[in-house]
This record gives sequence, C-alpha cells and structure tokens, in this order.
Amino acid sequence: MTTRLFGEPVPRREDPRLLTGQGRYLDDLGHDALAAAFVRSPHAHARIRDIDVGPALDVEGLVAIYTWEDLPERVGRALPLLIPHPALTHGRTAYPLARDVVRHVGEPVVMVVATDRYAAEDACALIEVDYEPLKPVVGLAEAVQGAQLVHRDVPGNVGAHLVQEVPAADGRGAREAIETAPHTLAFRLDIERSASMPLEGRGVYARWDGRDLRVYSSTQTSTSVRMAVAAALELPLPQVEVIAPDVGGGFGVKIVHPWPEEVLVPWAAMTLGRELKWAEDRREHFVASAHERAQVHYVRVGFDDDGRVLGLDVTILHDHGAYTPYGIIVPIVTSTQLLGPYKPGAYRVEFTAVYTNTVQVTPYRGAGRPQGVFCMERTMDKIARYLGKDRTEVREVNFIRPEEFPYDQGMTFQDGRPLIYDSGNYPELLRMIKELIGWDSFERRPGRGIGIGCYVEGTGVGPYEGGHVQVTSDGRVHVSTGLTSQGQGHETVFAQIAATELGVPIDRVSVVTGDTRRFGYAVGTFASRAAVVSGNAVALACRKVREKALRIAADALEANPADLDIADGIVHVSGTPAASIPLSTVAVLANPLRYAFDEETAKATQFAGAAAPDRPPVAEGDEPGLEGKDYYSPIRSTFAAGMHAAIVETDPDTAEITVARYAVVHDCGRLINPMIVEGQIHGGVAQGIGGALYERMVYDQHGQLVNASFMDFLMPYATEIPHIETGHLETPSPLNPLGVKGAGEAGVIPVSAVIASALEDAEGIEIDRMPISPSELFDLRTARPE
Amino acid sequence: MEHEITLVVNGVARRVRVPARRLLSDCLRHDLGLTGTHVGCEHGVCGCCTVLLDGLPIRSCLTFAVTVDGAELTTVEGLADADGGLSPVQRAFAECHGLQCGFCTPGFLCTVTALLRENPAPTEEEVLEGISGNLCRCTGYQNIVKAVHRAAELLAEEA
Repeated sequence: MTTRLFGEPVPRREDPRLLTGQGRYLDDLGHDALAAAFVRSPHAHARIRDIDVGPALDVEGLVAIYTWEDLPERVGRALPLLIPHPALTHGRTAYPLARDVVRHVGEPVVMVVATDRYAAEDACALIEVDYEPLKPVVGLAEAVQGAQLVHRDVPGNVGAHLVQEVPAADGRGAREAIETAPHTLAFRLDIERSASMPLEGRGVYARWDGRDLRVYSSTQTSTSVRMAVAAALELPLPQVEVIAPDVGGGFGVKIVHPWPEEVLVPWAAMTLGRELKWAEDRREHFVASAHERAQVHYVRVGFDDDGRVLGLDVTILHDHGAYTPYGIIVPIVTSTQLLGPYKPGAYRVEFTAVYTNTVQVTPYRGAGRPQGVFCMERTMDKIARYLGKDRTEVREVNFIRPEEFPYDQGMTFQDGRPLIYDSGNYPELLRMIKELIGWDSFERRPGRGIGIGCYVEGTGVGPYEGGHVQVTSDGRVHVSTGLTSQGQGHETVFAQIAATELGVPIDRVSVVTGDTRRFGYAVGTFASRAAVVSGNAVALACRKVREKALRIAADALEANPADLDIADGIVHVSGTPAASIPLSTVAVLANPLRYAFDEETAKATQFAGAAAPDRPPVAEGDEPGLEGKDYYSPIRSTFAAGMHAAIVETDPDTAEITVARYAVVHDCGRLINPMIVEGQIHGGVAQGIGGALYERMVYDQHGQLVNASFMDFLMPYATEIPHIETGHLETPSPLNPLGVKGAGEAGVIPVSAVIASALEDAEGIEIDRMPISPSELFDLRTARPE
Repeated sequence: MEHEITLVVNGVARRVRVPARRLLSDCLRHDLGLTGTHVGCEHGVCGCCTVLLDGLPIRSCLTFAVTVDGAELTTVEGLADADGGLSPVQRAFAECHGLQCGFCTPGFLCTVTALLRENPAPTEEEVLEGISGNLCRCTGYQNIVKAVHRAAELLAEEA
C-alpha cells in the first residue's frame, strides 16, 4: 500500500544522485569562479606588527589581497555572539580577518583572491606577516592559573561561570545531602578534545549580479547565514538568498555561522563583481573551524546502602578555546543532561568556561552530553564497585519510574525552558539491553569485561521550523522546509510524512531543504531536531492541504468532506470508490484561471462552469492554489533515551583494546524510517568509538596542533568498528502530533562511558580519563599498586 | 609550463592542458567537470578521491595528472552502464543504506568495484581489509560491509 509509509524502511530518495556522482557539493559548483585562499596565523598568540603583501603582487593570476584594514566598517566588525547568556559575562568573538592580535594557530589574517586555488596559495606563501609572539595559554591548567591572558580584557581567562542547584525534596542542598549521606565518593574525570571532522570541509561560493546576492554554503543553517550576511553587507534581506547544496557531513561544526569566510567571500564577490569560491582544505578544517569535548569534571556523590544517590555535586572546567561564538551551550548541555535517566536526591552543578589559545569550542554531535554521561555513568559504576553491587542494580534504583512522567528535573535546559522529560521507560530499556548483550550470563575473565552506559537526550529543541506543501496541477507534491540536510535522509523521511498525510504515492513527492528561495524561516539542523520540528511542521502543513483538498473535492463530488478519503493520489467517497476525483484535478480547481495551458487546466477557466457566478472566484479568507504552510513550535524539548552495552577484550602484553561486541537499545519515540534511524545509530557509535579509543586533538605547549592531519588524528576505519546490535523501544512523545523524538546524536553519547565501564571490568583499574590508548592502558597497568 | 595530455576517462578520450603540478583529482573535477570524485584530505588517507587507473584503485589526490597521460581511468560517473542502469555495487549500497551524506561514497564504490573484480566472493575479513583504506564519518561502516557482500551476491546472480 503506497500511502502507509510512516514507519517503513523506505529506500532513500537521495541515493540515486549520490551513487552516480551527480551530487552537488559546494566545491562542485562555480566552475568559473575565482578562488580564495587565506594566510593563517602560524602562532597561537601574537601581535601583528606588519603585513607585507609586496612579494605576492607578481603572482600570475592574482586578483586581490585583503587584510582587516581593507574591510569596510560593517564587514570588519567582530563576528556575532550567536547565543548570548547572562552567565557568559565575557563573551568574545573573532574578527573576519585578524585585527592586531591572533589568538590561535589557523586564525585568518589575509584573504587572497586569484584565478584559481593554486595561484591563490602561491600568493599566500609569499605574503610576509611580521608577528610579535606572545605567550600562549594552552590547556585548562594554564588557563585557570590566569597568569597569561587570551583576551587582555578578560580577567582570569574566565568567559562564563554558572551554578545551578536543585535541592532535595526536604529543601537541603546537594552539598549538605552529601555530608550526611551514609557513603561518599569524590573523584576527577577527564575528557579530551575531539572534533566533528566531516569528510567535506566548509566552503562558500557567492554570486553577485549587481542587485541580488546568491550564496551557497556548506552549512547547517542557510536561513541564519542569510540574515547574518545581509546584515554584514547591509543588503536588504529579500536581495540575499542562501542555499545549502549537498553537504558532506556536518556533525555540529557547520551550525556555527557566519564563519569569517561566509562574510568575506560574498563581500569580495560583490566588491570585485566576480563569482568567488572558497573550499576549505583539511588542514584548515583542523585549525580554523571548531573543536569540542575537552572538559575536566570534579564529582562528589553521597549515597545510601542501596546505591541511591542522595546528593551529587559536579564542578566542571570547560576549555572554550579562543572565542565563544556559540555561547556556552556545551557546558550547559553537560550540566543538564548529566542527570540522564536518574533522579538524584539533590544536585548541584557549577561550571567555569575559560579561554585558551586554541581553536574555538562549539557543539560536536552530542554537544556536551558525552561528557555529562561519562560523569554520571562513571559515578554509577563507582557506587556499585564501592557497595559490591551489580552495576545495573545501582542504576535501576536511581531510575525515574515510567509512572513518574512528565518528570521535572527542576533545571533550565539549553533552550531556556524547563528540563521536563516528556516520556520514557527506563526499566524496560535496561531489561532489553541486559538481554541483548547477555548481561546476566556474561563470563568475566581477566582481559575480558562488560560495560554499560545509559543516557537521556533532549531532542527537537525549538524555537520552531516550518513546512510548505504545494500540490501542482500535475498531481505532484512539493515539500519544502528551511532546515538543512547533511546526510540524514530528510528528503526521504519528510516525503514519507507527506505521502502518508496526503495519501499520495511517495514518488509524486519531492522535498527541498536548506534553500531560502523555497522557505525563508527556519532555525537549522542540530540537536537531533529535524524529524521532530520540521517533521511535525511538514505534517501540519499537509493537514492544511488535505483539509482544503477535501473541501474542494466535496464541492466537486457533491459530498460531505467528512465522507472523503485520499488514497494513491485520488480523493474518493469512503466506500464508494467510483465517486472520485484525482488530487491533480483538485489542484486545478483550487486555482481559478483565466488562461489554460493544457486540457486539465481548462477545467479551472472562467467559462468552464466550475465556479458559482454569485461568489468571488476566490472566496473571502481563501487563497488560490492547493498549498499550505504551517509551523511547529515545541513548548519544550522531547527526551529520547537509550542504553548501550559492550564487551571489551584487552591484550595481556600489548594492552591493545578490542571491542568484541556492542549493543544498543534506543527509544526515539515513533520511528519514521527504521533503516535511517539504525544508520544514524551506527554512525554515532562509530564516532563514539573514535572518541573513546582513537581521536584526540594534541596541542603542544606552544599551542601548535601537532596532529592536524588524517595521518595523525586517527578516525576509525571499518577495521576498528565492531558489529553493532540494535533494539528499539517506541515510547511516543506526547508533545508533538507525530509522537517522534530525535535520533541524530544518540549513538555517540554514551560510548566513552560504556567502553570505560567495560575496560574497568576487564582490567580492575579505574578508568577516569578518555580517550584511552593501548599505551595509556599499559601505563595504568604499570602504575597499579601490587 | 603546461603539458597536453590525454586521459581515457570512462571510455572517452579527453585531451587537456595541465601544469605539471595539477593533481589528477583537480584535473578530473575542475578541468573535465567530473565532480563525482571528491577530495576529503588531499594527503591520501581518506580515500574519497579513489578512482580506478587501468582497473586498479588509486588516490587521485596523490597523483599528478601528467603522470597518467594515456591511461584509462574510471570514475564514479563511469560505474553505471551505458543506459544509466546502476551497477550491482551501486544498487547494493542503496539497498543496504551504505551511504548517508554521500561524500565518501564515490571512493568506496570505486574501491569495492575493484575489490569484487579481483575477489568475487570475499570473506568478512577480506571485505574489512578491502575497504580499510576508505574513511566514512557517517555510516559506522556496518551497512557498507553489508553492501559489499550484497554486491557480491548480485554480481554472482547476474554473471
């Protein structure tokens, strides 16, 4: 049945073009465009004394060279602070090109435009920048010391400081609850830097025709880039359009905007009157985009004999890198999502976000959750170890029970709204994961351990997304939504939603995302929100269209709209299939015409007798056309959950770590396309395993990123990723019409916690720092007291 | 100084003038307009730029175009048959959801096409080994591995 598509593993509609080389990624566009390249700072911290462009002027093909001093006032301003927060007392952002001081290796200093990238890079190599090196601040310890400052006007390097406290039912604070608890533990947990690292870097291509500006960007938010670019270039918004073409992965880094290059490339294209393109190379992506994850956590916990947490006190140090364009979302998410499926008696969390002379920190898939989950799950394991209890038993006594939803955690979430979980069934997830991995029958032996990790993920944050649905007179359905796609299969899942809602075959439905020409109002793709927010918006828009279609069809069929149904693109009277009218004809009738362009549209012309002569052709309050637009604006986030378990084996001599089995149970509410959800989980787990065992950004004391290549930043290949076993639970969200929750980030969130749990079980050594390499495990073994 | 070279790409002889330093990846993408070959790292690690040179997979980002003058090349655009029908490898990737953003996919398709030509019925180990020079950041590889086995089946059925 073609119209029962919601919940089916429908093949992806994106695939035919992507499999045949017909995808259109940023650098596939603009064949004749000029090319931009950048001179970037080789120093982590330095004052720019002088820039001599003279030696570059003879490069064949050179078109223009720009430094900060060449930029007009509006273009040269500091980039916007996207998410202000009262606790971010010292927010700082970069200039599009460095102004006087550079604060990390990779910061753009000079922009070069040439006829092709080779020539542009030749010119870059000849430009001489005279730097006065300043002492860099590298790592949390140095930053906190505050002896050297990243920004002269930010004392102690502290950008933000926030304390959130949820007292116990009896009003006592977490610290007091811990003091009086039967048992207490205190420990430090570390997570190192990593990065989104999509295989396609960033990129911008701009065309200016003297009046209108069109910008293509490999971005996670085209609507917001549009507003930022229009503001920076002082252009009326309707004269700027921004399109996200096929995007080769995002994972968070491409939500940041406007990047320096997103302002500079359009500006230079306008200034020069030429098409201009910049495609980031891999080294640039390492040193000039964004990183995440690095945090240190000091945990104190008080608990009773059953392992029930009576008080939890977490102090976080967050390394924000050189700038804070995305505000303090990452440590806020850690602070709130740390709670997971649990309800500690009292909770206190405090974070300090400090600047360092390193690449700025903004969300990477999971966005602070992997760190928070690492804290909470390590805590659960340590409690179990202390009490000599099974680790799952300790978790279970702390779970929020199914009958306690909606459950108010008493905090403010990353969207500024209350942290209220909408629905879930954590005991059932635990039962499922134990069964899937074989927890109770696991045979432990030295060098072989089992681990578990649980998480709750706030997904589908607002403020809103919209959907536009148009049925044209050929019966095709055109769906658009403003948020963007980076491989999540939105063209497929939104088509499934539209086909199901409208009762049309999916091959009649096409979907466009991330193109401001088609939909101007949107927020963007992040926080596992697309299916929830755009998915529901598309469904609501379809319902408007359906209602209108039934009204028009009822007129034509002389039937009651309530008796009509749509199947296979045909409106028919329920139980009387002969009394029917195709949706294509309904679309024709919805648009009264003076001029026909084919036989079908002749039915809507003024002498065809379709309209009553005593009424206006378009009724008051109505609009021509069979189309509808609607928005979905969630009251607050919806909360997906999951539990992972792994069996890990270690080599007794080399300390090599092998993940022998990996199991996932996952609850993202109703599944729209289980094949795509599984794919999201697989990919997330793989990134999580990368983060747990292989990937880290290594800065030396001078602030040089010493492993800025794929040779040294070790992303897993197929040989490093185990087979992932999955199970699904569907607890619908009561908050939205489709009952869905987000799934995009889920896979990555608990992996470091799970691997640490399993390694600890295999080795009998506490694992408090991730990622962990074989040599680090070897060192831990060596340091173990006999 | 520019050099005039001839590349037989997807069965068509193409003459092109390139400087000696022009990378084959840039030549294919920007001089010949075959943008299906992608560039992910430009240092030979990610495998996105993999194309077939006389039937064998190579990194086009580590190859100067002038060094393959006269060679036969197959890119992702040349994998489907003349009527546009997808090859068994392409169909298997679609069927098994072996791609998400699609950026690494052309490199995988070329690699797997050559792998199955050499070894039509690879074991699990051989599949993992065979694709271990290509990075994918989206899929976690599980469905890619599945797709390679599925492609082997399709090739056997259609042989």
